[in-house]
Amino acid sequence: MLALVALAIIAALIAGGLGVAGPIDAAFRDLMGLPERANGRGLFTGALSAHSWTEAERGLIASLSIDRLPPLPPDPSNAFGDDPAAVALGQALFFDSGLSPDGSVSCATCHQPERYFTDGKRLANVRGADTPRHTPTIVGIAYSDWFYWDGRKDSQWAQALAPQEAPVEHGGSRTAHARYVLGAYRSQYEALFGTAPDVSDENRFPAHAAPMDDEAARAAWDGMTASDRQTINRVFANIGKSIAAYSRRIMPGRSRFDDYAAAALVNDQARMAELFTEEEAAGLRLFFGDGQCTDCHNGPQLTNGTFHNIGLPLPEGSNFDQGRSLGTLQVVDDIFNCLGDYSDADEEECVELRFIKLEGEELVGAFKVPGLRNVAETAPYMHNGIFPDLDAVIRHYNHAPPAFPGHSDLVPLAFSEEQSAALIAFLLTLNAPPNAPPELLQPPQGEE
Amino acid sequence: MKRFLAAALMTLAFLLSACNMVAPTQNGEEGMAMDGESGMDMSGGSMAADAIEAQATENGLFIVSAVSQLDPVVINETHSWVIHIETADENPVISADISIEGGMPAHNHGFPTAPRVTENLGDGDYLLEGMRFNMGGVWVLTLEISSGGQTDSVTFEFELK
Repeated sequence: MLALVALAIIAALIAGGLGVAGPIDAAFRDLMGLPERANGRGLFTGALSAHSWTEAERGLIASLSIDRLPPLPPDPSNAFGDDPAAVALGQALFFDSGLSPDGSVSCATCHQPERYFTDGKRLANVRGADTPRHTPTIVGIAYSDWFYWDGRKDSQWAQALAPQEAPVEHGGSRTAHARYVLGAYRSQYEALFGTAPDVSDENRFPAHAAPMDDEAARAAWDGMTASDRQTINRVFANIGKSIAAYSRRIMPGRSRFDDYAAAALVNDQARMAELFTEEEAAGLRLFFGDGQCTDCHNGPQLTNGTFHNIGLPLPEGSNFDQGRSLGTLQVVDDIFNCLGDYSDADEEECVELRFIKLEGEELVGAFKVPGLRNVAETAPYMHNGIFPDLDAVIRHYNHAPPAFPGHSDLVPLAFSEEQSAALIAFLLTLNAPPNAPPELLQPPQGEE
Repeated sequence: MKRFLAAALMTLAFLLSACNMVAPTQNGEEGMAMDGESGMDMSGGSMAADAIEAQATENGLFIVSAVSQLDPVVINETHSWVIHIETADENPVISADISIEGGMPAHNHGFPTAPRVTENLGDGDYLLEGMRFNMGGVWVLTLEISSGGQTDSVTFEFELK
């Protein structure tokens, strides 16, 4: 019997060394009455072990580093996406409240550079009225395949168009915005997109016309010829492509975590100890270990870019939000999608749209996994802004109530207060100013 | 009792670790394209192999193998695989209809995409586009194959670490 146990211990050591038997290791320690490992419930076991990682763990840590973020690939649907002239025009448009009928709303109203391009509000709020969703950051968002919390747009430029016509956001229309941009930015527009169409005839191009809920605007749109509607759509798409050329330049910066990951990669424990407290290291261990956070928050932006239902509570008085199960239908129907007439991509380049998942219970009530860089600076949290701070977020993950409708992808973490605090301490290490030229983080200077 | 449980558990651990060590060798003997050790650089959601070992369908009608066009297979990148289908007596199946299902059984979700076979490449090869994995862990891919009025299916299981 003793020999068998000895053999078992050797087996455990081998298995542990290969990193394939974490749960078995924990069960073994429990059975044998041994203290738990540093990556289990006991968090602080001495300075050395806090920064002592297996090779596999160091690989995992490195996989989250900004050093693994590839150069931003071109957006094949936006031929102007990397054109400096489009960046300049897009920056001007991003900050221009002329793109709203009352002159009060620009993209920057909600995407405020000083707040990591968020607004600090539970729900985006324009002219004193709430929109249905919380403002997400745009830092690093250019790497996404899908835009909006429900992914109802498949490019940054197509996304940039929708708020302009949403009554609770800019409140404008594509004819109004086409006329405005072709007036105020004519030379910049023509330098990029060629001769501007003449849209001055109000009979052909009504002041406020778009295929939207507003009946008057819709009627005006329906009264236009197909060719005039295409002319306006083309200008409108070019407005979006310019704004996207600007916003795709706003990249995530290098955080303290990224320096730690670089030290971990070469196993420099002295450097690691300089960079992270034991608590922060313990939080990192929980992040990819017991917390299983890296199931969804993986890769250098700490998101897998897909959609999950995590059983969020409904804000009082609000209706169930279908999330991705509706967003899929909308993006497939969007005339500004990758396969549409206004996209610059070939069909085979529209891989995400061609292979979009349209069916599955997991789409119901699912929302895009947000990246976690600067998470501490971008409260409140979730698509509905339901959690005011990270404490509330971790409480939700600790309890993980079932979703209804749909099914929640979470299992309760049941972390202790000490563990929860460590996890948050780690999340705070992901802060870094955006990586973009300073002149892009403000309205263009010297222009009206 | 506690000791017995621990011993049983550890024997299991030993077997698991042994499996982990010999699996690549077995694949190598099948002549599949293999990477070496996945190595530290590829941790965080990648497959050690870019190929899946040939496997017989449930009723033995077909032998199916697969090679990823993305090497190594990593998470969060939509990519293609080439599926190769032969009859039990090793003749390529040149006109099969193939439907795809799969996902992560432990997480109760499917693929984040809707992969499908888009092209018959000839000689029993079929292009499977739209494959994507969004997290590390154990994934399954089930192919239902119809050819010559007969249908059979095969389920591959593999892990991204």
